[in-house]
Amino acid sequence: MKKFRWLIGTIILVGILILIIVRPLPFLFYPDLPYLKFLGRAIYIIILACFLCLYRVWRGPTGADRIVAIDIMGILIVGLCAILTISTNRSWYIDIGIAWALQSFISTLAFSKYLEGRDFDE
Amino acid sequence: MSNVIGLIFIGIGLVFDFFGCLGLVRLPDVYNRLQAATKCVTLGTCSILFGTFLIVGFNAAGLKALLCIVFLILTAPVAAHAIARGAHRSGIKLWKGSVVDRYAEDKEGEAK
Repeated sequence: MKKFRWLIGTIILVGILILIIVRPLPFLFYPDLPYLKFLGRAIYIIILACFLCLYRVWRGPTGADRIVAIDIMGILIVGLCAILTISTNRSWYIDIGIAWALQSFISTLAFSKYLEGRDFDE
Repeated sequence: MSNVIGLIFIGIGLVFDFFGCLGLVRLPDVYNRLQAATKCVTLGTCSILFGTFLIVGFNAAGLKALLCIVFLILTAPVAAHAIARGAHRSGIKLWKGSVVDRYAEDKEGEAK
């Protein structure tokens, strides 16, 4: 049973990777960008990594697993904002990245205090 | 030329991001998942941001990317240590193949 589940997960991952290589993302770009296909596949790979984090949020046995996965997904979205800055040539996406990094840090500290079982005052 | 170097940095960062998240799914324990995912994903995202700086150049977006690298390097290890401390204090067991647990020994030493 365990090997069967492992096989199914490997097949799904390899299938998504083949889809990424075959067809890149057609929108979100200004048209005369010279390296459009590479950035489209980059956005696909980051979205795939975000779905792996969401799997850990769904199946995490304890609360700490879910907090770790949310923290990692915040850091991934900062990288997504950086790639969107190049591909759409608008500089305010990186502002979203900075704000997201700081907000994710503060929320992770609050969650770890909650996990420790103390109040937020001390 | 700097565009090509920036794209190489972005590719390295994507590989680190993907394998960090694969470690988050595959490893058996909270602490193992934490150390795999935090180190790999922080280095990968910093590499993507540095590649963005090399492609965009010295303007507002590039300097904000450098600022974002500084924020990430300062804040991600602090968050990881806080999560690990909270998880250990809330009583989550280690994986059964783990070898050593220094923090529990330290807490026993404080209690004596």
